[in-house]
Amino acid sequence: MRPDAATARSVPAPIGRLRRLRALWLLLVAAALLVLVALSVAIGTRDVGLSDIASALGGKVETIGEAAVAMRIPRTVLALLAGAALGLAGAIMQGVTRNPLADPGILGVNMGASLAVVVGVAWFHIETAHAYIVTAILGAGAAAIFVYVIGSLGRGGATPLKLALAGAATSIAFSSLVIAIVLPRADIAGGVRAWQIGGVGGATFERIFPVLPFLAAGFVVSLLSARKLNALALGDELAAGLGEHVATTRAVAAFGAILLCGATTAVCGPIGFLGLVVPHLARLLTGSDHRWLLPFSALGGACLLIAADIVGRIVARPAELDVGIVTALVGAPVFIWIVRHQRVRDL
Amino acid sequence: MLAPLVDSIVTNRRRRARRHRRVLGLLLTLVAATFVLTLLLGQSFTPPQDILRMLMGEDMPGVAFTVGQLRLPRAILAVLAGLSFGLGGVAFQIMLRNPLASPDIIGISWGASAAAVFAIVVLGLKGPIVSILAVSAGLGVALLVYALSFRNGVAGTRLILVGIGVSAMLESVIAYILSTAPAWTLQEALRWLTGSVNGAQLGQALPLLMALAVFGGLLLSRARDLEALRLGDDTAAALGVRVGRTRVLIIIAAVGMIASATAISGPIAFVAFLSGPIAARIVGNNGSLLLPAALTGAALVLVGDYCGQFLLPSRYPVGVVTGALGAPYLIFLIVRVNRSGGSL
Repeated sequence: MRPDAATARSVPAPIGRLRRLRALWLLLVAAALLVLVALSVAIGTRDVGLSDIASALGGKVETIGEAAVAMRIPRTVLALLAGAALGLAGAIMQGVTRNPLADPGILGVNMGASLAVVVGVAWFHIETAHAYIVTAILGAGAAAIFVYVIGSLGRGGATPLKLALAGAATSIAFSSLVIAIVLPRADIAGGVRAWQIGGVGGATFERIFPVLPFLAAGFVVSLLSARKLNALALGDELAAGLGEHVATTRAVAAFGAILLCGATTAVCGPIGFLGLVVPHLARLLTGSDHRWLLPFSALGGACLLIAADIVGRIVARPAELDVGIVTALVGAPVFIWIVRHQRVRDL
Repeated sequence: MLAPLVDSIVTNRRRRARRHRRVLGLLLTLVAATFVLTLLLGQSFTPPQDILRMLMGEDMPGVAFTVGQLRLPRAILAVLAGLSFGLGGVAFQIMLRNPLASPDIIGISWGASAAAVFAIVVLGLKGPIVSILAVSAGLGVALLVYALSFRNGVAGTRLILVGIGVSAMLESVIAYILSTAPAWTLQEALRWLTGSVNGAQLGQALPLLMALAVFGGLLLSRARDLEALRLGDDTAAALGVRVGRTRVLIIIAAVGMIASATAISGPIAFVAFLSGPIAARIVGNNGSLLLPAALTGAALVLVGDYCGQFLLPSRYPVGVVTGALGAPYLIFLIVRVNRSGGSL
């Protein structure tokens, strides 16, 4: 993401300062991410010594402490990837729908992916990791289209309020269906909880690898649409006047977000509110330029999910708290704050 | 000159009252019939004369267990919970003039459920004190949602969105409490997440019955004012209703009922939300919705529980059945409201 060099010569001073500040913030967020990754490996339900951590990182799994650390490594990787994906997906969705309340959880997209996987496992006997992921992505896409159509019926198109309500209702609906399908099927991997509340516990590298190509595609598509999202932010008429194909831009960017949400949900289950909170925080640091906002949201999402996972491991000792519970506890107040304070149309 | 007009108004009113009574009679018959059916039919058929003899106090070993211990408490609890959810739900919907503003969507049921599960799992409490805590928590959540959505007055839509946020948090709290519990079964977890009348005992019915009598009586005594509130606050005030006081009373009564029921059966999904609109379809414009909605709620829980136990391929708690039933209706409602373009 290179700031366009042509206009860089004659920028007014405040914007120049903003750019330097952004670079500084980017470094800080990246540093925070590194610290959190280190903490995530070191802290957990079981206290382990530094020597255990060092030898586990070297690949030795002999003592219980080393085994615990060895299990935390894939978990941290998964939290990093899932957080980045959800943060980025949230930022894209807020840009595409121009809706401050958009979030893969609130709009029902994650729950749609969850439901699709559950249906696939229960009735179509999907088993391979790839089948899981493709089914989840299809489910996420179907849910996104469904919610958007419901939310844009009637006068005024897809207002934030209508979208949020349609998404929340759809989410509740899917979640009931997931319970109804999974409850009698003790054989379904993970059971009810895993498909109701997202978590990164029990991650293994074997489960993470198949998702990587899908996540990578999602990241590329999403990050490439940054400039076009900037045009969309001006409003549909103006964007069209600037030569953007509004509908195509929306579809491509949304496709990227759906790839990210579907792939993440296939591994972690539905994690909500992260995609809502992160872009709002990122906007405080960077302003609304999507070329900065998107990378910041990805980094911030990774930070927040890892932090939430660490908190989840500490607060409920000796048990663990699924990260989806922590993100909802942190994210829902932000949702309420936005509902109260943002100048949301129709509120 | 005026006489024919007055006559037609009077006959019209009589006709509507008659229809209202007929609808009430019909619903009452439906609830009673389902109630009897659930007593008679389970894994096995129990002849009615055996049940009657057992109820008369005769010693009937097999029947005393299947009907006396299992089916009867369950059916009674289902009816009481259904009545409470239906009545409390429709009171909120009428007062806020929005079908989406039902206590299970704006978080009140979740507050009661969280308090109940906290009291039972963490504090190890039992009995009426759990209900009292649940009612207080329900009131607290109602107050919180109201306060959070207050900004130059309370817009119905903002209230609903704030309620959805609060619900998400409370749901997480419930999941958190359950995850810290030393041992919890999926069935127990589902009670607090979607509602169930599994393992009902007759002793639980008494506090629920008392709450229903007190709060339901309070609500029904305000039925007239509630009808006036349906026309809008200003019109209601012009008609002589003390809007503020009435509203507080209605909230206390409705939350009291919903929370007492939730403390025992968990927040049975969507019964509070569904009963009002279904009753409105049946009653039409022929009078108060309160009693028809209460009876509809009872019928929903009874039928849902029966389906969940015996008619579906495997056993579901009632909340899963009503949840799967109510969810499409919720989406349908949003589609309809969006299409008509009106405010919710």
